[in-house]
Amino acid sequence: MKIVVMGCGRVGAALAADLSSEGNEVLVLDVDPSAFRFLPDDFRGTTFVGNGIDLDVLEKIHVRTADAFVSTTRGDNRNVMAAQIAKHVFGVKVVATRVFDPLREEMYRNMGLRTINPTRVQAKRLKRVIQAESDEAANELAAEFLRQEAL
Amino acid sequence: MTTGDAKKGMYIIVVGGGKVGFHLAKELVEANHEVLVIEEDPVRSKEIADELGDIVLTGDGCEATVLEKAGMSRADMLLAVTGDDATNLVACQVAKQRFNVARTVARINDPKNEQVFRKLEVDITVSATSAIMAHIEQELPTHHLSVLVKLRGSGLELVEVRIPDDSRVVNQPVRTILLPYQSMVVLVVGEDGLPKVPSGETVIHAGDEVVAVTLHESEEQLRDALLAPAPARSF
Repeated sequence: MKIVVMGCGRVGAALAADLSSEGNEVLVLDVDPSAFRFLPDDFRGTTFVGNGIDLDVLEKIHVRTADAFVSTTRGDNRNVMAAQIAKHVFGVKVVATRVFDPLREEMYRNMGLRTINPTRVQAKRLKRVIQAESDEAANELAAEFLRQEAL
Repeated sequence: MTTGDAKKGMYIIVVGGGKVGFHLAKELVEANHEVLVIEEDPVRSKEIADELGDIVLTGDGCEATVLEKAGMSRADMLLAVTGDDATNLVACQVAKQRFNVARTVARINDPKNEQVFRKLEVDITVSATSAIMAHIEQELPTHHLSVLVKLRGSGLELVEVRIPDDSRVVNQPVRTILLPYQSMVVLVVGEDGLPKVPSGETVIHAGDEVVAVTLHESEEQLRDALLAPAPARSF
């Protein structure tokens, strides 16, 4: 699959590396060229410096030929705007985005975007970690969370 | 719900208290509308409150909880006028989706986003760049068609064009012009400067200013219908 990842933070970079290692054709987009340092040295995809809400940039990277578009920047508004442009202007079939605000996440999911919201889960997990009986029990919980994520 | 008192005006929420938001709020208050400005920066909020009174809410205008506090569900209109297009888009979408506001207006900073916002169902978009460009085009004595105003919702717009000497419609009655779908000549201003509502028999002259209604998509065809030169006469 041809996949565009917007935002090369820790999550975007990890996602891009994972998808690329599975043989997908991956392009990572970020406004800040220094963000690409998060990518592993053996990353075989493409990097592109530019703003994912800029129509010219999306045109230039031929986003309309992508099978999927994922936005993972720190800004909810940028993420949902880029995702909607990819879907409704360029007709990308699969569009996913991370939205930190639970209310906005729910709204855009109802509007047809594929969304994830890390906020509530992380808050719950942090609460369980601080409420753990001992440091050992907290570490055990953290390890358990990692195992769940590997699924 | 609005009250029955017509003089009371509308309840208008302005997202973004920069220069545009501030002056808009000021004018709207003077025009007897009820106004609330949502501004993220508390320092700026205070500046606005000092000038305009207690009509500022400090917060993020994209957050449903903030809009709730602002009384979004009873607002008649939301104006999103920050310097950031993504913020303006999301503020309009939250207002529409969650609070069912009747009309959303967005300021557009990157003129390319006009088509994006229209597709994503923002009711009205205002771009300073496009407005100034339209103005310049109107001033130029070229054979361009300039858009005077976009009509809400319908995709229709009012355009103006000056008929060049070599146009195929010169000395032809309006009924013979092959107008595109949903297009209509609504006004002809002749050399005398007097506006005429044309009938089918009104004859178009070189130099006439013609105002027409058209679909945005049909602009190109309309331009062709009114401006293309007459075919060369065969002997």
